[in-house]
Amino acid sequence: MLAHLPILQVIVPLMAAPLCLFLTRSRLVWLFALLASGLAFLISSLLLQQVMVSGTIIYELGGWDAPWGIEYRIDQLNAFLLLIISAISTVVLFAAHTSIQKEIPADRHTLFYILYLLSLAGMLGIVATGDAFNVFVFLEISSLSAYALIALGKDRRALWASYQYLIMGTIGATFILIGIGLMYQMTGTLNMYDLSQRLPEVENTRTVFTAFAFVIVGVCLKLALFPLHLWLPNAYAYAPSIVTAFFAATATKVAVYLLIRFTFSIFGLSFSFTTLPLQMLFVVLGLLGIFVASFAAIYQTNVKHLLAYSSIAQIGYMIVGFSVSSVTGLMATLLHLFNHALMKSALFLALAAVVYRIGSVQLSQFHGLGRQMPFTMAAIVVGGLSLIGVPLTVGFVSKWYLVLATLENGWWPVTVLILLGSLLAIVYVWRIVEAAYFKPPLAGREGINEAPLSFLIPIWTLVIANIYFGIDTRLSVQVAQAASQSLFGVSP
Amino acid sequence: MNISLETMLQLSIILPMIAVVGIVAAGRKPDLREGVTIATSLVVLYFVIMLYQGIKQGESISVQWWEVLPGLQLSFNIEPLGMIFALIASFLWLITTVYAIGYMRSHEEQNQTRFYACFAIAIGCVMGIAFAANLFTLFIFYEVLTLSTYPLVTHAGTKEAKQGGRIYLGILLSTSIVFFLLAIIGTWFVAGTLDFKQGGVFNADVNTTVAGVLLVLFIFGIGKAAIMPFHRWLPAAMVAPTPVSALLHAVAVVKAGVFTILKVCTLIFGIDLLAVLPTTQFMLYLAGASVLLASLVAMRQDNLKARLAYSTVSQLGYVTIGALLATSSGVVGSSMHIGMHAFGKITLFFCAGAILVAAHKSKISEMRGIGLQMPITMVAFFIASLSIIGVPPTGGTWSKWFLLMGSMETEQWTIMVILMISSLLNIAYLLPIPLRAFFPGKDTSFAGNGIKEAPLPSLIALCITTVGCVTLFVYPQPLYELAKAILVIPG
Repeated sequence: MLAHLPILQVIVPLMAAPLCLFLTRSRLVWLFALLASGLAFLISSLLLQQVMVSGTIIYELGGWDAPWGIEYRIDQLNAFLLLIISAISTVVLFAAHTSIQKEIPADRHTLFYILYLLSLAGMLGIVATGDAFNVFVFLEISSLSAYALIALGKDRRALWASYQYLIMGTIGATFILIGIGLMYQMTGTLNMYDLSQRLPEVENTRTVFTAFAFVIVGVCLKLALFPLHLWLPNAYAYAPSIVTAFFAATATKVAVYLLIRFTFSIFGLSFSFTTLPLQMLFVVLGLLGIFVASFAAIYQTNVKHLLAYSSIAQIGYMIVGFSVSSVTGLMATLLHLFNHALMKSALFLALAAVVYRIGSVQLSQFHGLGRQMPFTMAAIVVGGLSLIGVPLTVGFVSKWYLVLATLENGWWPVTVLILLGSLLAIVYVWRIVEAAYFKPPLAGREGINEAPLSFLIPIWTLVIANIYFGIDTRLSVQVAQAASQSLFGVSP
Repeated sequence: MNISLETMLQLSIILPMIAVVGIVAAGRKPDLREGVTIATSLVVLYFVIMLYQGIKQGESISVQWWEVLPGLQLSFNIEPLGMIFALIASFLWLITTVYAIGYMRSHEEQNQTRFYACFAIAIGCVMGIAFAANLFTLFIFYEVLTLSTYPLVTHAGTKEAKQGGRIYLGILLSTSIVFFLLAIIGTWFVAGTLDFKQGGVFNADVNTTVAGVLLVLFIFGIGKAAIMPFHRWLPAAMVAPTPVSALLHAVAVVKAGVFTILKVCTLIFGIDLLAVLPTTQFMLYLAGASVLLASLVAMRQDNLKARLAYSTVSQLGYVTIGALLATSSGVVGSSMHIGMHAFGKITLFFCAGAILVAAHKSKISEMRGIGLQMPITMVAFFIASLSIIGVPPTGGTWSKWFLLMGSMETEQWTIMVILMISSLLNIAYLLPIPLRAFFPGKDTSFAGNGIKEAPLPSLIALCITTVGCVTLFVYPQPLYELAKAILVIPG
């Protein structure tokens, strides 16, 4: 059983999805989905533990040897990602039953859980697999279910947002597929490890350059790197709140993972960063992303939009850490993957609670909520502080490493820009705080009270995680360090 | 009770935080709630005094918590400078609580539970700052202090309070994130450690340009020290209730700022390195300019609290100057000034609050003749003003004495002249207030329409701090000895 964990990680949610059809009652489906996601979380914890103790796990699907068969290869990097995705999915799902009562018509509840599990399975699959074509397959599974999930939003603009995402996402996936096809043409293999062995022989050909360009652009579309981010704000804003909380914490992270996997493991460090001017490009785009998106966030009137732009800015930080291309820099990126997932899921879940109570996330509707929903608002404040990077929250940890990484490289102007960027976070977070705490409740809304426990428990689990992992960083720092070192081929 | 000194150290930080639970739980019963606050402050004061006895007997007290990031530990130890700060803050917390009971009740403030709760957190943070054994620990408490005082500044919940809060939080968080954090990470990067160490953490062969830049980042980054041009938060914070302005914005928060500067100068750079850095002189002039300009601005303020706030900005400049002089006298003068100014300024704020509560006046121009109705308050105001100016028989004399000595020793004549002029300016903007209060002259428009002294608890509090100002003149030895010991290598 233990030996089959890598495949079970993906199979459990994948198989659970169609089984939902047999359970007709919304509550039962919910419990079943929760169980499946919880199992996935358990599996990922076991996997991470195994990897940290005994190194990379290689699992051959159906017993076929790689490179003919499909291989699942779990190292520290993807074990870490698997843990993040399955953990967030489980916590978010906990609140789903209450949240979708008001946001999705009752006859589509089962559909919602099926899509949710499919999307989860897709993301876990992308991360777990060691086969480049398999990545594309799972990418399509997770993306198609994501489009449908977003289209479930109550607001009719959700359809348009979903359509936008569909177009952009499909272009991205197609680019990745073209890239993979070109690589296959040059090397005759689809296995990632095999690719990494064979690509250096042909690396100075135009085909490989083209393949690289297609893959990188495709992945960057998926991870919403500025200026390829245009699909993201509307998709996040109009999707059902639970879907937003889940995707904001996981979907872009998976794309960042792909970026790291393709550049570091497949094409190799020297090709990605020396032969091509990727470093310069990414540092500039990352910083631009931080500033443009943060400024955009400041001027939003819809809080979901605000946080969506903030997500784009946070991706900018990850990309800057990535572009430093040092152990510390990659560590900063990986830590921020983890930390940002915690912050954003907490924040969006709190917004889901607000939607549940007042049915809107317009900033002007937040007036007086500080008194009416004290626990939910306190969660938003802590999440916001974490976003700013105040000490004792996870945001501080990733910022510390990011600053250290840029200083190590002597990039002090970048350091200053990173820190200035976090000032913008203060501004947009404080707009929410001031609306919630300094304005009297809106007329005719006196009866609003605190969100139900089914929201507060998952929200505060995430908020406490935000603080806990800001104080006790052993897990996140150790894993990020091990993953980063192994990608750079440094033995710890 | 048999509590080890180490436990006392930790309790003096944690206890105020725990008290928050009690304060919130007793929220509906004001007497019980304030009882909890007073009891906590008494216990904390007791602990701090015991710790003081401990280090007087030469014991070294240190506590390690856990590593937050590899190599970066939350840890505490006690050295003389921190001891001074902790003694002052814990003593004045007790007094301020007494004062606040009178003030808050007769002013019928809203949300008093939140007020006392945030106050307690702030004091816990101040203890954490005072006892921090490394910059990392200090930084954490420094930031939490900013955040926990934000609800106090915006207590009134009005538009002005929101505006003041924006400036407060904006400047303090921005400077600390952009400059202070960068300076800390830079220090970590260059020196490989953040522990406070006698003689500094940098190697002898450190690049003085880099260290010079770090010094500038530290001075700008420690926004709580209110060096111009990052001083605007302090006047903005005056929208808070007077007890907050008194304890936090005359003592705890601002002193946390200059304390940090002093600590960085002596225990991160070390005065020997500080003396040769290329930017020290520049920073010294900046602090000097801050002293002069703030005094000039203070003269133009008609709102009493605003005038006191600018006076604080100016006085904080003194402490920074003392630290940057990089001599023994300068450090002694600075650290004594932390104490002397604390007693003087808190008294002045207590008086301002008393006038507000009893006579509902906040403008200096309206206070003509008020000394006849509120004699005790205005006498206290007079004595505290003398201490700020620095003339006998008040404690301020000593710290100014050492600061002047320090500037002479280092032949910083410009700085010496600035200190002298500033003292004259202090006279010009402080003394007219009590003088006009007692001698209104021919202006009889002010009729004594039933104004009485402030409520008894407030009156007691301001008398105690006034007596403190005088006592520190007659009996400054304990403070002096601690200040003297800052630069002595223990053991």
